[in-house]
Order: sequence, then C-alpha cells, then structure tokens
Amino acid sequence: MSERLADWTTGAEAITYQTCSSCGHVQYFYRAFCAACGESDPREARASGKGRVYATSLVCRAATPETRAHLPYNILLVDCAEGFRMMAHGENDLAIGDSVIASFKPFAGKLVPFFARPK
Amino acid sequence: MSFITGVGLTPFGKHEGSTSLDLMSKAAQLALDDAGLARTDIDGILCGYSTVSPHIMLATVFAEHFGIRPSYAHAVQVGGATGLAMTMLAHHLVASGVCRNVLVVAGENRLTGQSRDASIQALAQVGHPDYEVPLGPTIPAYYGLVANRYMHEYGVTEEDLAEVAVLMRAHACTHPGAQFHDPINVADVMASKPVAMPLKLLDCCPVSDGGAAFVVSRERTGEAGVRIRGCAQAHTHQHVTAAPALSELGAEISIARAKQATGLAICDVRYAAIYDSFTITLAMLLEDLGLAGRGEAAARVRAGHFSRDGTMPLNTHGGLLSYGHCGVGGAMAHLVEAHLQMTGRAATRQVRDASIALLHGDGGVLSSHVSMFLERVR
Repeated sequence: MSERLADWTTGAEAITYQTCSSCGHVQYFYRAFCAACGESDPREARASGKGRVYATSLVCRAATPETRAHLPYNILLVDCAEGFRMMAHGENDLAIGDSVIASFKPFAGKLVPFFARPK
Repeated sequence: MSFITGVGLTPFGKHEGSTSLDLMSKAAQLALDDAGLARTDIDGILCGYSTVSPHIMLATVFAEHFGIRPSYAHAVQVGGATGLAMTMLAHHLVASGVCRNVLVVAGENRLTGQSRDASIQALAQVGHPDYEVPLGPTIPAYYGLVANRYMHEYGVTEEDLAEVAVLMRAHACTHPGAQFHDPINVADVMASKPVAMPLKLLDCCPVSDGGAAFVVSRERTGEAGVRIRGCAQAHTHQHVTAAPALSELGAEISIARAKQATGLAICDVRYAAIYDSFTITLAMLLEDLGLAGRGEAAARVRAGHFSRDGTMPLNTHGGLLSYGHCGVGGAMAHLVEAHLQMTGRAATRQVRDASIALLHGDGGVLSSHVSMFLERVR
C-alpha cells in the first residue's frame, strides 16, 4: 500500500480524496479500500479546493473554551469539484449554492479548511 | 406475537443526587408493577447506555443492582433510536421463544450528573473524529446543516419550525412529569438565543435527568393488550458529511419496510409518537413518514392536526422538546405515552382513539431509523 498523502487532518494545507481504480467511486473519508466495491488501494489525490456550498450552520454556542474563543463560526458542507462532500469552515455570510474556494485557518489548536468566495 | 405489558416513566428534569442506576431502577420498578410481574418473571434485560456513567456491561451491572438473573442480557447503542431498537429486539426475542418477559430500561442523570458543556461535548462525538469533530461542530450544528438544506429545498421557514416547538410545549403543559410547563409562542422561539443557526435554543431539546422502562412479553398480563404489530429499521450513514440526499434518508426506507411487514398504511394510524430532538427533526420526520405532505408539517401543526383533539395526536406528553431528553430514556417516554393513550390511562391528555400507533426513532444525524406500529387488542 502506498504512503498516505498529507492533508489538513494531519496538519498540512491540503484536502485529499480517493478514487477507486476499479469502479470509479469517489470517497472523502480515507480508507484502505473502496467503500462501494471493496477494491484495495483507491487512488489518492489532492483536491483543487473548489466547490459549492451545500449547507451552512453558524455555530453560536460551543462546548469548550478553545472553540468558544472563535464564536460565531460557520460550519459548512461543501460539494467539492472532484465529486465528494466535506465539512469545513467558511465565511459567515455564505449561502447555499455559492461557489467557494478553500484556504486554511487555525482553529482550536489545529489547521482547518476555510472556504470563501473567490476574490 | 409480543405485547407491551407494562410501562414506567419518571418525571424528567432535575433528580438531584440520583445516579443513572437509581433512575433505571425507579423506571423498571414502575414497569414491573404496571405489568403485574415480579423480578423472577423477567428472563431478558435490554438496556441503553449512560454518557454520565459509561460501562462496557451496563445490562449486567443493572441486573445485579436491581436483583435479576436473566437468561439474556446486553446493552444496545443506536443513539436516539436505541429505545425503539431495543423494543424491536425484545419483540423478536419473545416472538422467537428466546425470552418470555424482556425488561427494556434506560435512565440517566444527564442534567445534574455532569455539566451542560460535558453533555454537549460527549454528544458531538457522534461526528467523525478526524474529518468533523476538529471543526468544533455540536449536535445542534449537525442538525442545523440539515435544517438549512431542508428549508432551502422545501421552502420551510424558521417560523414554521417554531410551530413544532410551540405544540410540544403546549402538550408538556398538560403533563405533570414534563420538564417545562411555561407556555411559549412562535415569537418566543424566534427570540430565543441562537445555538447553531437556523436552530435557536427553543428549537432544541433540553438536557434532562430521567428514566423509562417497559416490559415486552409473549403473553398479555392484564386486560389491556398493546401488541407490537411490526417494525423495521434503516441505516444509511453515520456522519452528516456522508448522508444521502434529503429524498433518500432512512425514515422513508424504514417506514416503507414497516408498512410492508404489517400491511398497515398511514391512514390506519390514530396516534403518532415521533422523535423530536430538534424542531427540524420532527418536521422532517413527519414529512418523511407521510404524516404531512412535503413542506406542510407546520401548516398541519397550525391547523391543530397534531393536537390532542386533532386528527393525528402527536407526542401528547410534550416530546423530547418539552417533556425532556435524558438520553436513551428520552425517546422511550414517547412509547410510554403511546401505551397510556392506547390503554385509556392518559388522564386529561387522553385522546379519542389510539387504537393504532406509529412510533419512529432516529439516532445520530438522521443516521439510524426504527419505525414501529403498535395495535390495541381487546
């Protein structure tokens, strides 16, 4: 099995996804196999960071001191250009359907993807 | 064939000084008394989980504490769907001859046993540990995302969702065991503190202490018979990031399977007991299950359709939103209330005819679903 690409969950400024070489299924949560057909070693790649907002929720009540310091913050589901959906942060005024592009911001001691409208 | 032969429910709210085992025991004793059964009659125990006192073998911890040596026992964990999932399993256990009387029990001192922050944080862990939890979401945020999308697709407004909270509060006002007894209106919901938009404080169920239990038996123990007519599940995902389209969620799948298993239709249903962790949860489930047309749940609430004297009385105890939510026991209160209604024991809340009830539970973020039909037999 090939070595995993670094992504934001491991501290790198990147979003990665996998494509099955057998059935073409695209998945975001990393696995050593394709969740659709079971084929081993789906191909990993870095995503472009381009996508469209599927849903938003502006969080105004948090449960830890670290996250409370960032209130309010906007949680998004973004449909990425490569065909997978991911959860991320974004500008507070984003709406469903907005075209967005990813950058990365520190949040509660970690680096997280942050989506904004293209400048 | 299986019957729900006894039910027990504590008041929800603060039970200062009570442990999870205390609340489970209290509810279990009420259920045994209601069924007219002794500890020695119980040969199966199914219990939920406690976030305050987690244990890898809670069912036997409870069995020892309560004083039962069952031939079958374990805990079940399906989030908010746990109560109905246990009931479904108990149904199959007694129907297949494995057990004669199964005690289904849950209770938790979730309000006084830990801080609100601790509860919120514990529950947020249903999210993906690598891809969601580091973003600082809360359960309201997971459901806030669903609400935002649902409102967008079906033209539902925040005021529409508020109607659901107002109805559950109105029902809670008539139940002495409910956590909240102050009437609210749509303006109160709209003006309540933002939690995870579009959800505000009064769109969210509270954190409560409480316990609930029932006995599922092969034979009736009393005159009133409440039979489990049939049930079904559907599990489409765990994490909201991996949820299918709104039109492909599990509630529609599980209700279709339950209808097929029982030969019943929605038009046969006289009482509804539907999971309501948030206003959006209840509004969506009513529509997914076919108890209201798409985008029409609020209009039906406003028209009195789901009120005690309406066509389809719904959660007449006040639901999770206003009776309260103590974890697994929270949604079991829906079944207890349905049982009281079906056996004509709901006092001032009694509805005209609860001969057939539809119950539905949801766990995770609309991840796990259980649909169940109960039928009164004479």
